Amino acid sequence: MARRGKLILQVAAVSVVALLIALFAWQLATKEQARGLTAALERGGTPPAPAFTLDRLEGDGEISLASLRGQAVVLNFWASWCEPCKEESPRLESAWQRYRDQGVVFVGIDVNDFQGDARKFVERYGLTYPIVHDGQGSTLGRYGVTGFPETWFVGRNGNLVGERVQGPVTDAELDENIRRALAES
Amino acid sequence: MRRALVLVLVAAAVVAVPAPASEERPTPADIENEVVCPTCHTTIDQSNAPIALRMKAFIRERIAAGDTKSEIKGKLVAQFGESVLAAPPRSGFNLLAWLLPLVGAGVGAAVLAILARRWRRLRPEPPEPGPSSNGRAALTPDLDRRVDEELARFDA
Repeated sequence: MARRGKLILQVAAVSVVALLIALFAWQLATKEQARGLTAALERGGTPPAPAFTLDRLEGDGEISLASLRGQAVVLNFWASWCEPCKEESPRLESAWQRYRDQGVVFVGIDVNDFQGDARKFVERYGLTYPIVHDGQGSTLGRYGVTGFPETWFVGRNGNLVGERVQGPVTDAELDENIRRALAES
Repeated sequence: MRRALVLVLVAAAVVAVPAPASEERPTPADIENEVVCPTCHTTIDQSNAPIALRMKAFIRERIAAGDTKSEIKGKLVAQFGESVLAAPPRSGFNLLAWLLPLVGAGVGAAVLAILARRWRRLRPEPPEPGPSSNGRAALTPDLDRRVDEELARFDA
């Protein structure tokens, strides 16, 4: 009986240690995946864009990246408290107006932000492209986002293309990367 | 059985801590050290990140509006998720985070107690008075008495 109890304790101890190691490995793998995306893009690769499904900022349903397959997607990570985002927003809206009829979707991902503040921001800057809210920042780790704004481009086939733009995106960067996203099928 | 009951009672006491006075009428400091800044991952009382400043302003607004501490923290969780709390809530799956350290301490104490008992049992008994340390046989009582008498005479 004592031997059986000892065995159970040993199995439990080994299980707990194995679980902790698995958690640690999972965390490392997530970080590596994010690092791997940037490295792959820099080598000219087109890694699959990490999936997400997030609620729309206005609360009317949700948007998943998978549902946008077949269109080029501009993913812009932002927050209402981010100063450079204020400078960038009119440029994004203007580009959205230029490209919206050409099979391109802009998705703003509002991260680590109060929904109310984000709504005021959207209203103030007259943003009309779809905005989702990621209050918990669940997408940050997957994309390796460390600051705002940051912009990624997804091809029609759901793979990342072009370059990862950290900081306010320029018109030239938008034009070039959207062209590549549209070419990716 | 009694030990298990004690453990359960201790766990229940920790989990069912009575609500502090700051619950109904909290000050900003009561909440700011229990909420984490989502961008810098320190509590917001130690952060001047833009979102931390905004959260501090939000907490003041809600206190002024008459919200309780739990209500304010609940609203922050609704915006930023449970990871915004410096300590996990004492309910549901998160209860494990509170109970596991107690269980671990209990198991550790039990293992120590068992080991201590076993070591005590294995410890050799103190030796009976036997042969002298020089390896020779101990003196017989008669010889011992005679040595004492000789020594006494020598001292005199």
